[in-house]
Amino acid sequence: MSVHLKQDSVDDRNVLDKTGQGVIGEPIERPEGLLKVTGTAPYAAEFKIPDCLEGVLVTAPILRGKVKSIDRDAVLSMPGVVAVLSDERMTGRAAQGMANAAPFQPAQDVEYWGQPVALVVAESFEEARDAAKHLPIEYETEEGPIDPAAVETSPAQDPTRQGDLAQAMNEAAHSVDVTITTEGHASAAMEPHAAIAQWDGSSLSVHASLQMLKFNRTELADSLGLDESKVRLLSPYVGGGFGSKLGISQEAVAASIAAMELGRPVRVVMSRQQVFQTIMRRTETQQRIRLAADADGKLTGFGHEARISNLPNEDFPEPVIQSSQFLYAGENRLLTLDMARIHRMTAGSVRAPGEAVGVQTVEQAMDMLAEKIGIDPIELRLKNLPDQHPVKGMPYSSRKLAECLQQGAEAFGWEKRPRKPRHTREGEWWIGTGVASAARIHAVVEAKARVSLQPDGTGMVESDMTDIGTGTYSILSQIAGEMLGLEPKDVLVRLGDTDFPPGSGSGGSMGASSTGSAVFLACEDLREQLARKLNVEPASMVLKDGFARWDGGQKALTELLDGDEITATGHFEPGDSTEDNLVSSFGAFFAEVAVNHWTGESRVRRMTGAFGFGRVLNRRTARSQCLGGMTWCIGNALTESLLFDPVDGHLANCDLAEYHVPVHRDVPDLQVLMLEERDGAASPIQAKGVGELGLCGGAGAIANAIYDACGARVFEYPMTPDRVLAALERV
Amino acid sequence: MRPFDYQRAERLEHASQLAADSETLPLAGGTNLIDLMKLQVETPQTLVDIGRLSMGEIAEEGEGLRIGALATNTATAAHPRVRADYPVLARAILAGATQQLRNKATTGGNLCQRTRCYYFTNIDQPCNKREPGSGCGAIDGVARLHGILGTSPQCIATYPGDMAVAMAALDATVEITGESGERSVPVRDFHRLPGDTPEKDNVLEPGEIITAVTLPAPVSGKHIYRKVRERSSYAFALCSVAAIVDMAEGRITRADLAFGGLAHKPWHDPRIAELLVDSEPSLALFDKAADLLLEGAQGYGENDFKIPLTRRTLTAVLCDATGVEA
Repeated sequence: MSVHLKQDSVDDRNVLDKTGQGVIGEPIERPEGLLKVTGTAPYAAEFKIPDCLEGVLVTAPILRGKVKSIDRDAVLSMPGVVAVLSDERMTGRAAQGMANAAPFQPAQDVEYWGQPVALVVAESFEEARDAAKHLPIEYETEEGPIDPAAVETSPAQDPTRQGDLAQAMNEAAHSVDVTITTEGHASAAMEPHAAIAQWDGSSLSVHASLQMLKFNRTELADSLGLDESKVRLLSPYVGGGFGSKLGISQEAVAASIAAMELGRPVRVVMSRQQVFQTIMRRTETQQRIRLAADADGKLTGFGHEARISNLPNEDFPEPVIQSSQFLYAGENRLLTLDMARIHRMTAGSVRAPGEAVGVQTVEQAMDMLAEKIGIDPIELRLKNLPDQHPVKGMPYSSRKLAECLQQGAEAFGWEKRPRKPRHTREGEWWIGTGVASAARIHAVVEAKARVSLQPDGTGMVESDMTDIGTGTYSILSQIAGEMLGLEPKDVLVRLGDTDFPPGSGSGGSMGASSTGSAVFLACEDLREQLARKLNVEPASMVLKDGFARWDGGQKALTELLDGDEITATGHFEPGDSTEDNLVSSFGAFFAEVAVNHWTGESRVRRMTGAFGFGRVLNRRTARSQCLGGMTWCIGNALTESLLFDPVDGHLANCDLAEYHVPVHRDVPDLQVLMLEERDGAASPIQAKGVGELGLCGGAGAIANAIYDACGARVFEYPMTPDRVLAALERV
Repeated sequence: MRPFDYQRAERLEHASQLAADSETLPLAGGTNLIDLMKLQVETPQTLVDIGRLSMGEIAEEGEGLRIGALATNTATAAHPRVRADYPVLARAILAGATQQLRNKATTGGNLCQRTRCYYFTNIDQPCNKREPGSGCGAIDGVARLHGILGTSPQCIATYPGDMAVAMAALDATVEITGESGERSVPVRDFHRLPGDTPEKDNVLEPGEIITAVTLPAPVSGKHIYRKVRERSSYAFALCSVAAIVDMAEGRITRADLAFGGLAHKPWHDPRIAELLVDSEPSLALFDKAADLLLEGAQGYGENDFKIPLTRRTLTAVLCDATGVEA
């Protein structure tokens, strides 16, 4: 049976509140947790494949140009070397998320420093790596722009213009006009990009580390010129993606070509340096924020003009102004997004594209405005929450922003302001606090999942959906368990295999709502099948602990199934419900930061996040998502930045020693409040996205706390000691 | 990684003999060397594993302490004598790397660790230290981590370690054995300035192997190791200060200072102690000390901030050590 829903209307039946098992939202542990912490969950490169060759990508040490010649013979005589491939189907870049087509080919047209152009294959990894480093390649080089501030830009999307912002600024009782910059970010997932390809003469099977398999299969097939029915991808465990594995990447295409050419399995694992240098970066941004307010602090104007970059002929524009469209009021609006074309590696999705850098700047400007008006920054925000989308006029499907600000403030112990900065000093350290709103647009995509009840009364969920560490295995077992009256441990969830029905994949915080809804739909159908067997209305039947109960009786599922398996496939598609409503997750951040008077070092001392993201499917994994996001806020605010050489454009800090994600000592006790909602426009399970919300705005709370602590407004992220010190010296 | 031969040294003389070959490198903890070999920054034909030699002991020597070259960073930092009498050393070691690395890293290896300059570790970039004559990518490049003192037009790399900075403040001595016998070199003179030969990090000659570091008799005073960095662990110093400062009757009686993250070597300037000792501590005095330290300091754009940062960090350390209120 297959059941299809294109969600055009709000589903406020809240079915999951009425079923009987009581496992939705429960903080169950990950079924795969033990495998992961004991190192026995196999990641892409770890599958033991007999007779496997090892491939190492060769990268171009030039900014731009073409491969003229490759002296294969120079390395073919080296020990163990089997082949040097420089096939025109190789890809120099990864595909953008949901591209559903081959990335830019051929790899031999170099557009950024470090682009893979060839693959050396040998019997051992060490032999391949050595030969890769010795492969002589001659290039025809070209110049190209590398400084995003030095090139002309062009609009990356149509601007939003309403009223006259300049006039509103002129007439404003209070206004802020500030330009803030952020630097490039890397996803920095723990598991490097890796693939093992096997070709049996007619079909291809690839173990890979990918987030969105149904798209990735098409992308790989298109890259190779194969029919996609001949391609199978397997990604049961993914060691972090953060956007970097949304699209098929260079190593998977290269491994596949090699396996097909050589007739043996080929493994290609990127080095850490290659991951940094060739996989998606988040663009650096320059953002001008203009806020105009009347004497009472009501916004009359809101401007957010952002400048971003990407390679020539890469479409993806970091949607910096995405939530500025609807977060705050202001009748006169100007929102623009302009693109500079430069030769750095592809800019693409790095966790929470858009809001991850676009909210914190607005939140800094709001803090400055509150100070100018002389009101508490929370009050300023509460005054300016629009009743409806400020331009398009549609209603908010649900929005717990005010509650998050208020309850978060209470939990954090927010001291009502206004007050002057530099109010508290402990030894060398200035102590301050800051607040910021959180916002992240909600999205859902088409997804399918197959759910069955086995003759032994257990459930099974199958989808090519991935679990990139977010807890998908857990929540899908909970949704199915809740609907079918089973404990989650009695639901086997099988993911990450394109032989299963195509789910949504993981990305954009869409997975839980999209694939979760497909599972939900399949389960609704199974409930109907069971009700028919009992000859009762589905609504009058309660499934709990492996029994069906109805008015007048109960029966074990095993008895009811009578040796048969029943199956249904759920097919979910977004429809008008997310068009007619403004669907977004919201929240609030509170941070206490210590700034060293002498050195400008800033350390977060505690942080509270309060979030509303619809139904909470699993309080443990949802909280973990929020903790991860808040940890990224710390990196975003204080340490993370891609450093590009100003002369040849290469990425200089390309490992985890020099690209500074927060370490344990940088992350204090983080407090997470989850404010339950039911959002029937978001999905039939009333859940919205949570994965990325925790990092959308929090860096602004840290920036505002730095100001409150030491009196220095810093307008460059990350706020490293040198920048804080420079601002301190201006105070 | 290029293919290489591996030999295990059974005796020190044997190790020294093997290491005299210019294509041979001694291997101890391997926390730096193996990484650099994977990147083909280091391409020895032979590794001599000295890890089995009995040089791991930490023992009393006179009133001082002798730390064997193979004593791990973890063992040294945890040693009761080090904690009690040389806390600046324990603090410096614990400010470096991570627990896992400190468990493997050795005293001798730590002294010999190579710069973290981005251009040194990327074989597709010019670097006079890695490949003499190829140029310096850092001078006009990403120079955030780089030196402001004692740099040369050939090289602006920094010595990245923490342990040696404390050892320089303590005026420890490096014991070295080579084919031609034994010699001792003060830690303060062990590392070199880059000059025209940045490929040479230190004064070790081919075949010479560090056997120990000896600490002189402990001295009284406040021991401080202050490391400035953007994240609070697992990051190299933007600048660091090791200080042993003592006071009597309102005057400074000892001011042994050394600095990390600023130069090709742990930086020690004897004029600072001369200025500070016998003076009454004050912000004005500390400023003069910073003037001396930073005389001739040169930034390379991205690291210009190290000049004011060093001044402020030195002031913070001296305030902390002497009780002067900022």
